[in-house]
Amino acid sequence: MAFYDKLIESLGLADWCSNEASTGPVSMADLLKQTQGDDSAADTSFWDTPFPSLDELNAACSAIPKTRSVTDGVENSFLSIKDPLKTVLDPITQPLSWALDGSMWLFEALPWFVVIPIFLLVVYWATRSLALVGFVGVSFLFMAFIDHYLPAIQTLSIIFVCTSFSVVLGVPIGILMSRSRSMRRALVPILDMLQTLPTFVYLIPLIFLFSVTESKLYGIAIILYAIVPVIRLTDLGIRLVDKEVLEAAHAFGMTDRQKLFKVQIPLALPNIMAGVNQTIMMSLAMVVIASLVSAPGLGVLVLRGIRNLELGVGLVAGLGIVLLAVLLDRVTKAALARVNAAQKQQ
Amino acid sequence: MSKNPMISIRNLYKIFGDTPDKMMELVRAGIGKEELLEAHGHVLGLQDINVDMQEGETTVVMGLSGSGKSTLIRHINRLIDPTAGEVLIQGDNVLEYDSDRLRAMRRSQMSMVFQHFALLPHRNVLENVALAPIVRGDPSESYDPEARHWLERVGLAGYEDHYPHQLSGGMQQRVGIARALTSNAPIMLMDEAFSALDPLIRTDMQDLLLELQNELAKTIVFISHDLDEALKLADHLVILKDGLVVQQDEPQHILLNPQDDYVVDFIADINRARVLRVRSIMDPISQDSFVGDVDQEASLEDVIALTGGDTSGMYRVTRAGAVVGQLDLKALVRALVRTKASDTRRAF
Repeated sequence: MAFYDKLIESLGLADWCSNEASTGPVSMADLLKQTQGDDSAADTSFWDTPFPSLDELNAACSAIPKTRSVTDGVENSFLSIKDPLKTVLDPITQPLSWALDGSMWLFEALPWFVVIPIFLLVVYWATRSLALVGFVGVSFLFMAFIDHYLPAIQTLSIIFVCTSFSVVLGVPIGILMSRSRSMRRALVPILDMLQTLPTFVYLIPLIFLFSVTESKLYGIAIILYAIVPVIRLTDLGIRLVDKEVLEAAHAFGMTDRQKLFKVQIPLALPNIMAGVNQTIMMSLAMVVIASLVSAPGLGVLVLRGIRNLELGVGLVAGLGIVLLAVLLDRVTKAALARVNAAQKQQ
Repeated sequence: MSKNPMISIRNLYKIFGDTPDKMMELVRAGIGKEELLEAHGHVLGLQDINVDMQEGETTVVMGLSGSGKSTLIRHINRLIDPTAGEVLIQGDNVLEYDSDRLRAMRRSQMSMVFQHFALLPHRNVLENVALAPIVRGDPSESYDPEARHWLERVGLAGYEDHYPHQLSGGMQQRVGIARALTSNAPIMLMDEAFSALDPLIRTDMQDLLLELQNELAKTIVFISHDLDEALKLADHLVILKDGLVVQQDEPQHILLNPQDDYVVDFIADINRARVLRVRSIMDPISQDSFVGDVDQEASLEDVIALTGGDTSGMYRVTRAGAVVGQLDLKALVRALVRTKASDTRRAF
């Protein structure tokens, strides 16, 4: 006996229920009931009235589907579009795999005494600050000294590729967003979702779509998570461009293309750079979680620490990630400050 | 007038809102600005504007904030499109231009100077000055000397490699003027160009503009909310209130014959002795004993200084040496008294 039996009867649905009995999967609760010979439902007090949920209604009328069927439906519909989706997405995303693998190969193939000086030169070029160059140098030597050079370089390689992809895709999307109101209305909810969706949830459909052995699996997860700030800040930066300067561009007869490349993008550059900084930080956060789906780097060591309860391994690797984060943040912020100083207005 | 108008604005209306064309019918049927806003939620920005701007003259459009003057100037290069009416540049209706033609006109026919300068912060001064030729796609050899010439002309030689944020406001606006001049356009639109500057620098800039204008004779449309500035610069003064032209004429004539109380209030606080010229209050010559000679362009202040405060006697008025009239000092004193709207004294 179930609570809603009388309701079903009074509605005259009893026949329909027994004729259309669904054959959903048996739930644990059902099995327990069967073994216990449950007959207590009849004298359930008013106070214990259960919410008329799918499972509860199903107990009274088996024609009504169980909740389990809903999640099954979601799963089945995803599986049914999986193959066509894969044939489309596979070739499109293939360059990401190539870039990730190629960059990883290059970073690993070059000896440490070549890679570290190159990094230092890049830092100097971007920031013109010897103090920062010294800080980066010491940090790298320290990580190399405690044998974390290889995972650190792998993590950097992934971030380098994913950030590049995020910028190449995100800046044009941000520009489109700033130009069309309807585009923005369509994209903002998607961006909100990407930013709030628990990071593990990205991984679930991706695991179904791509093989765990392909590096693009974690690449896509990282890019989806990290692309949001660069899109948002590009959009913001372009919309914040001084209306009068834009009017001047108009009044002197600039074409739309001239306005975009000679006025809007240069003036939005500080904001775009701030977006890139955020994107780098977010990809660093995601690269640890992506180690669950075979992303190499420091994240693997953190994961090992959790899995095997190797406290020291996990903590030292975590410290390495913090060090990378500080490095990347300082370097991009210093580069941003240089851009800002070059075009500060009055 | 015998002169030919460079810019003619004919029956221009601008309504801001969602359905301006529908509202236009109501406005034509005689609905007022207030009623349009309250009952229909549309703002009547400009109504029935008719202004001729002569070639080589400075037309100053003045009014308080919200009077529609900035909206009006933006109709001339179509940064804003009107709801109804015509804008003719040398007889050509700008509103019929397609986007290519419009862009060509903006590149070669007119330049613009902005209230907050609107320089490109990421380009140095020279590149800012050369904006018009750069936009046109000219090679740098052809515009470089030109840009340097105008930069020197506005007094900023040696600042070529500076960035706008390194300059003071006055200097930035000099760059703005040099940028407008480098485009070599016959029409210059100046939107409150000196309003953001300190009073002393503003006076400097006004003198610079007058000096350049004497030499170049561009058709200048100048927007201002400062009456002293307007009177100093204007060959033709247009007073705008709530999107309507209240009065337009030669500035001296407006001072002596204000059309209504609004204009009277407007001109109440200015220094009449400094603004009024002898030619505006002189009479035809009718006698032959004179205390001395004054030029017709002299201000009343100059004449008072000349007489040392003596208000009796008669001066002979000359233009380039030739006698054109006589000035009774009593008329001079009378002219210093504020004019009422009802006064119909002839001024010329």
